[in-house]
Amino acid sequence: MAESAAPWVRVTDQPLDVGALLDRVSGPDAGAATVFVGTVRNVNDGRAVTGIDYEAYEPMASRELAAIAREAVERWPGVRVAVEHRVGTLALGEASVVIATAHARRAPALDAQRFVIETLKQRVPIWKREHYVDGAWSWVDPTASSGAPVSSEGDAGLERPA
Amino acid sequence: MSQAVAREVTVLAFAAYADRLGWRRRTVALDGAATVGDVVAQCRLLPGGSVLPPSPLVARNARFVALAEAVEPGDEIALMPPVAGG
Repeated sequence: MAESAAPWVRVTDQPLDVGALLDRVSGPDAGAATVFVGTVRNVNDGRAVTGIDYEAYEPMASRELAAIAREAVERWPGVRVAVEHRVGTLALGEASVVIATAHARRAPALDAQRFVIETLKQRVPIWKREHYVDGAWSWVDPTASSGAPVSSEGDAGLERPA
Repeated sequence: MSQAVAREVTVLAFAAYADRLGWRRRTVALDGAATVGDVVAQCRLLPGGSVLPPSPLVARNARFVALAEAVEPGDEIALMPPVAGG
């Protein structure tokens, strides 16, 4: 496997291009490539979701994504990694995160993929606010037992501070 | 005469913390504050500050740090709810 280029990471408010990220890691030397796409799901904790706002602490979010991608390359030498996370308002089915990996062999490609998504969810300073069909919204707290919001909820029309 | 750096830090709040505190960015004076934890304690005294748990996730200059981390004038301190990306 050719020496890995520096992993590609980006936080963007533009729609994510799955094909473009796969192209970044693919190559004739890579017998295996993987793509993970995280999308906005229509229900969470029994509540019907209509959309999600993602907020990031930049530049720290990009920095942590880059660190995680570099760690994947260190643990699985030869793997290529590309990650993009979207911020802003996303509708049902839209992709919030896309991770592409490639390696000569499938085991490192798959293992690196799993590592990146699991680690990203624990470390990257990004938050998500779900909007529900009744007009209410709430920030998701992944540490709450049900994954339900804890600290801040509101109704449609509630202004967030500038 | 050289200009002294004001003994203050910039504090950023995100997501649910920003909603309850009512601000996303503010300047906090380092009145005797020596650690990031001291700055957090000052913020906890502000309106809505009770949203901050005893040991919130914090960053100093865009790096995760412990509350015991020393703070310096000009630092950017981030108060972060549990992350929920991906």
